[in-house]
Amino acid sequence: MLQTLHESLPSPSGLQADIISTVEFNHTGELLATGDKGGRVVIFQREPESKNAPHSQGEYDVYSTFQSHEPEFDYLKSLEIEEKINKIKWLPQQNAAHSLLSTNDKTIKLWKITERDKRPEGYNLKDEEGKLKDLSTVTSLQVPVLKPMDLMVEVSPRRIFANGHTYHINSISVNSDCETYMSADDLRINLWHLAITDRSFNIVDIKPANMEDLTEVITASEFHPHHCNLFVYSSSKGSLRLCDMRAAALCDKHSKLFEEPEDPSNRSFFSEIISSVSDVKFSHSGRYMLTRDYLTVKVWDLNMEARPIETYQVHDYLRSKLCSLYESDCIFDKFECAWNGSDSVIMTGAYNNFFRMFDRNTKRDVTLEASRESSKPRAVLKPRRVCVGGKRRRDDISVDSLDFTKKILHTAWHPAENIIAIAATNNLYIFQDKVNSDMH
Amino acid sequence: MFARGLKRKYGDQEEGVEGFGTVPSYCLQRQSLLDMSLVKLQLCHMLVEPNLCRSVLIANTVRQIQEEMSRDGVWHGMAPQNVEQRAPIDRLVSTEILCRTARGTDGEHPTPELEDDPLQSSASELPIVSSAQGQRNPQSSLWEMDNPQENRGSFQKSLDQIFETLENKSPSSVEELFSDVDSSYYDLDTVLTGMMSGTKPSLCNGLESFAAAPPPPSSTCKSDLAELDHVVEILVET
Repeated sequence: MLQTLHESLPSPSGLQADIISTVEFNHTGELLATGDKGGRVVIFQREPESKNAPHSQGEYDVYSTFQSHEPEFDYLKSLEIEEKINKIKWLPQQNAAHSLLSTNDKTIKLWKITERDKRPEGYNLKDEEGKLKDLSTVTSLQVPVLKPMDLMVEVSPRRIFANGHTYHINSISVNSDCETYMSADDLRINLWHLAITDRSFNIVDIKPANMEDLTEVITASEFHPHHCNLFVYSSSKGSLRLCDMRAAALCDKHSKLFEEPEDPSNRSFFSEIISSVSDVKFSHSGRYMLTRDYLTVKVWDLNMEARPIETYQVHDYLRSKLCSLYESDCIFDKFECAWNGSDSVIMTGAYNNFFRMFDRNTKRDVTLEASRESSKPRAVLKPRRVCVGGKRRRDDISVDSLDFTKKILHTAWHPAENIIAIAATNNLYIFQDKVNSDMH
Repeated sequence: MFARGLKRKYGDQEEGVEGFGTVPSYCLQRQSLLDMSLVKLQLCHMLVEPNLCRSVLIANTVRQIQEEMSRDGVWHGMAPQNVEQRAPIDRLVSTEILCRTARGTDGEHPTPELEDDPLQSSASELPIVSSAQGQRNPQSSLWEMDNPQENRGSFQKSLDQIFETLENKSPSSVEELFSDVDSSYYDLDTVLTGMMSGTKPSLCNGLESFAAAPPPPSSTCKSDLAELDHVVEILVET
């Protein structure tokens, strides 16, 4: 399948602030945005393929870096608000500028990214440095002309959507109407208009009257890619709720509830925790949903609520290790999942810097590793295998040697091509499939 | 009471009654899971708001254990005599023993491991291997019997406390902030609190083979002093 090659990554450091917390391609795939724990956003741009430099075909280089969020202190609660960027979502491009939404736990910001590659020269009243000229030296008038300059990328915050959330924001999603977007925290989902920052509409509220009765929280949510009235949200109990905003102002009543009945033979004290959905993504077609829970990824058909149509085991060998993973808190790790452009392959991350891909048509799957050793530029990624006792091949990794500190939580797939972005702690890997499309 | 076969899983009864040695091991494991969960629920780092999803999942786990213990009749309202002070320490010790690996410290008793060696022998749903058979000491009887109502009350109270604290943390002064913290610790279990720093390293040791994850930013591994300095710095700057 993916026989990957290119990788580009910024120089790694040991700083906590450099840990990548979100990765997102824009709608054309030309730009790739990453957010990190230190509140910074780094945008990469794909270099156009050129005959002059065939080796740098389609590589991603840094386009812009800016500080999106700063740490804050909530004086009322005497708590810090982390500057970590939880999610970035691109707005569809409507003019020469690019726009994206970035959010931390509490505040969403709309950033506008513009290019400047010309500047006016030849002012009458100012000299080249901008200082006012001595008028007595001005003997003739000239018309300022635009001269080319080195490309400058300017980023400015256009909107700040603050004070909408009491709890921690886990998702944002731009509506297909390109005018509204939603933000979801643990207990509530708000609908915003992109141009209005001083108010939002609450569309889902699952906070119980008595907080002691709280047993379920919202874990992720997303708008349908085509139907601007539909959105889905997932819960910590493993259920998905599809809501229709036309039905009522407050969408506490779902239109559809997607829930798989529990397997009684696999029941344990950890059953609920591992059923908690960490990510939900609509397919590009809008017909399916992809969910990730601790051990599996599942594909759901919007027309069937009773159970998923496909279930893929990501790392079932961890099922017997749940107690240790509970103790180390690894069991609470939130992995994301992604569709490829044609919705035929799904991808998700795992531990030991492994990530997994599942081909829905051939039912084949592969485990790959994102690490410096295995990814020299233009090197082909070698499939990896985790052995669970029994016959062990030479390059296999045993379950007990897995490094649980190396987790791939955030992955993204180019909207059209076989290019994937993998965030491994503070390193970003971009892999590209150079094999021609007759592979699929 | 040990003669009756305790359920291992829902709808998956073991054929025949488990041996005398393995019966307490399931209760031991369940108890240590309960202890571990309570420790996790403590809001030990007060600078950043704790993850609500994680807290809810842990609280649900605690409730599940509590319900099962009630069903099994282990959760009876036995008023402890004077074991109130001792009992928590015993439970902590049990957790610590369970989590210490075999390649750890003492070679005197067969120390149970936290890692899951394949558990094909016992059908326990908890992958903690406990070689406690050879370790019947008076303390374990306390583990069985000492689930006092006091304990039930205290952690129900602590669960409520935790959600209340999550809900509206609005102390009007720094002193109040820290006194809130203190009283919540006290309500949960002063001894647990006191033992926290002592226990944590042992728990972490048990995960050696898992290359124990670096603590999440919200863990106690940040030094308290640095946190206090940080808070003071912020307050002074305002």
